[in-house]
Amino acid sequence: MMKGESIVFYLLAGFTLASAMLSVTSRQIFRSAIYLLFSLLGVAGLYFWLSYEFAAAVQVVVYAGGIAVLIIFSVFLTQRSGEDLPIPHARSMVFSALAVLFGFGLLMVNILQHGFKNGDKSAKVPDMSAIGIRMLGTGEGGFALPFEAVSILLLAAMIGCIVIAMRSKNQTT
Amino acid sequence: MTEPGLHHLLFIGAALFFIGVYGFLTRRNLITMLMSVELMLNSVCLNFIAFNRYLWPEAMDGLFFTVFIIAIAAAEAAVAIAIIINLYRSHKSIDVTSAEELKY
Repeated sequence: MMKGESIVFYLLAGFTLASAMLSVTSRQIFRSAIYLLFSLLGVAGLYFWLSYEFAAAVQVVVYAGGIAVLIIFSVFLTQRSGEDLPIPHARSMVFSALAVLFGFGLLMVNILQHGFKNGDKSAKVPDMSAIGIRMLGTGEGGFALPFEAVSILLLAAMIGCIVIAMRSKNQTT
Repeated sequence: MTEPGLHHLLFIGAALFFIGVYGFLTRRNLITMLMSVELMLNSVCLNFIAFNRYLWPEAMDGLFFTVFIIAIAAAEAAVAIAIIINLYRSHKSIDVTSAEELKY
């Protein structure tokens, strides 16, 4: 008899992998974007299953709420509606599938042969206040410097986006 | 079907990564290629979280790596979409085969 926890895990895993698969094979780009959104939500569910609520919340807010919406908007801006994506060449499909299966097999053999320390997920996870103190800590093991570096990177990316997407004055269209 | 453990999560991570690789190799549309890259980044985050949870549950490094990877992925997606929209303006298409001036 399987525990409810295991059933939830297998459901989440199947949901994530199936939507990821549909996302890379669907011929309508809008559906592809929606399947990507489902896959990202499935990964957020796995974070919840591992009881990392903070990571799950960040995943839902930034990925599902930000990046997926950004991708859907760019689909609206660049794609003519009702047009299917072209089917990839059979040769490229076969060789990509071969490369992917070979790489996946190699990776799984390595993972299964490597004896990981026997861990389980019964241990308690750090609570929210511990995460906050660690993230902005300047002492040993604190993450204040990367935090600031990421904030500067985000500012640079924002300015870069504006400059790249800006239309120059003498350009008519 | 056994009790899910670290290996199961690593399997999901590896499968997600290679699904992303397959999409990146077969798609010819820039937005779908960007979506495949997002899948790959997600699988890496999942691996970090799984290792953090099962092997060093008292540490938080995997969690912070995940948070920073998500922040950098957001910046990367925004810049990539700005470039794609700019390319669409100049070429009227976002197919990778239509942008080949640098080849010659």
